[in-house]
Amino acid sequence: MSTATAAAIRRPADAVLRISEEAALEAAVVEDDTTAVTAEPGDGPMLINMGPQHPSTHGVLRIAMELQGETVLRSKPIIGYLHTGMEKTAEDLTFLQGPTNVTRMDYASPLFTELVFCLAVEDLLGTEIPPRATWIRMLMCELNRMSSHLLFLATNGMDLGAVGMMLYGWREREEILRFFESVTGLRMNHNYIRPGGVAADLPDGWQDDVEHILTVLPDRLEQFDTLMTGQPIWRDRTQGVGVITADEAIAMSATGPLLRSTGEAWDLRRTMPYLAYDEVDFDVVVGAYGDTFDRYSIRLNEIRESMRIVAQCLDKMPKGPYRTEDRKVTPPPRARIDESMEALIHHFKIFTEGFRVPPGETYVAVESPRGELGCYLVSDGGPKPQRVHIRAPSFVNLQSLPHLMYGGLLADAIAIISSVDPIMGEVDR
Amino acid sequence: MADEGVAVDAAAPATEIAEPPTMFGVPCTDERGQQVLHPSRDEYLDVLGMAAADGFELCVDVCAVDGLTNRGRAVAPGIEPERFEVVVNLLDLRGRRRLRIRTQVPADDPQVPSAVGLYPGAEAPEREAADLFGISFSDHPDPSRILMPPDWEGHPLRKDYAIGAIPVQFKAVEGR
Repeated sequence: MSTATAAAIRRPADAVLRISEEAALEAAVVEDDTTAVTAEPGDGPMLINMGPQHPSTHGVLRIAMELQGETVLRSKPIIGYLHTGMEKTAEDLTFLQGPTNVTRMDYASPLFTELVFCLAVEDLLGTEIPPRATWIRMLMCELNRMSSHLLFLATNGMDLGAVGMMLYGWREREEILRFFESVTGLRMNHNYIRPGGVAADLPDGWQDDVEHILTVLPDRLEQFDTLMTGQPIWRDRTQGVGVITADEAIAMSATGPLLRSTGEAWDLRRTMPYLAYDEVDFDVVVGAYGDTFDRYSIRLNEIRESMRIVAQCLDKMPKGPYRTEDRKVTPPPRARIDESMEALIHHFKIFTEGFRVPPGETYVAVESPRGELGCYLVSDGGPKPQRVHIRAPSFVNLQSLPHLMYGGLLADAIAIISSVDPIMGEVDR
Repeated sequence: MADEGVAVDAAAPATEIAEPPTMFGVPCTDERGQQVLHPSRDEYLDVLGMAAADGFELCVDVCAVDGLTNRGRAVAPGIEPERFEVVVNLLDLRGRRRLRIRTQVPADDPQVPSAVGLYPGAEAPEREAADLFGISFSDHPDPSRILMPPDWEGHPLRKDYAIGAIPVQFKAVEGR
């Protein structure tokens, strides 16, 4: 660890408000909720609870904030409002049913959670997946990264008053979701990536749909630049707001755009390549100042990099099977069931009992739009996992919030929450 | 991980090696290309400190595992599996290495020292493990529940905590 670590450790610790959930509620209680803002302004700091039902908290995030006038002092994110025990549920589902469950965690980029779970299962199984499956996964994930970042641009824009951005971001995202629907049958929560490959091959004419996205989007991104990047108001609201240094980000275990905004070029696609990311050409986008503007522009430019990868997937997409031929893992083709008793038995066994995974434990990580998405999987040799733990980047990145907001204005807190881009489904799991 | 997946070779069991390999003075095993350390609870913080000094500067994750139904699992030679395990994943950004630390925690005294002093980023994951498994991390700055409501009883991810069900009645609403 570097020399700045001691300071890095202290500062985030100081920014966190150590208060229980009930105490935060009691301290903030006034006679009438609507008069909370106009309550008698004393000299001391005031405690307010922002959320969980606040539109700018991206779901059900609640933040207990200590305010001195309009300046945010210490704060504490309070989470758990969306906790549905998905890791517990995962222990009761077979490995084949697993992706159905985990895909609902990060609902803005569901394919990544499916991917990391399947990579972990395949690691324990020792299954090799065919090249076409790898490239389909890469194509779909990069499109998903684009749609997730477009969603970020939409909500980030709206949080900062660029309401038009909400419509534009949503419109562009819809183009990609329409393609997802044609491939997977669903706009979200696809359950498309399965252990051993993907659920279905790409449909006829998929190249045209992808090319359409690739031709339409560059102009629209230019429009976003005009609408936001170059605007003095936008820059004033984002530049120098919520600054974090590389040492502090590493001390807080931050990953993804939050870490890259500090200039740290850490992208698992490049530094620890999985799938076929070592065979495609792309740049890792980094920032310089670690502020909200950097995090915004990283995501905007990552859409462009993802488009480069998607274009290469289009050119290099190999032919062949889209899932492994191992009959213990993937069900037989539908046509075989009609003519082969063994195929029928295999089909039945896989969907009722499930396949057995050798005992062991593994940790696999991929670069999701929010940072390092990891899956720690323990198998006891049965058809159901012993333990599934998803290392959710939003959950870990949220820890940096008090540190980012400390000393800033309340209005900037909105910009900062938005720039961390938390997905509460993934935070609470 | 793809780069680790290449080296997959039926995972040579560590028991076949005459002299068990060690790292930072504790047993070290190789799980299909992933390095795993097995310190005791007393060695846990020291090992973390040595790992931090060795370049593992980012604590990716802290999670717990309940091995109640998996007592026969393989750990390292000479290490007796206990009911709980605390698993820490570390990352070395410069050396591009990963390290996993599995610490056995007995059921009658589920307690481990907190790593927050070394890795401030371990705070939320440790709170999650404490909340869902009932493992207490001593010297943790904020040992409150994080995902479950503060007044919740029990620790849901324990294996002896049953999956509950709330009866939901589906029926047609009268008058429609």
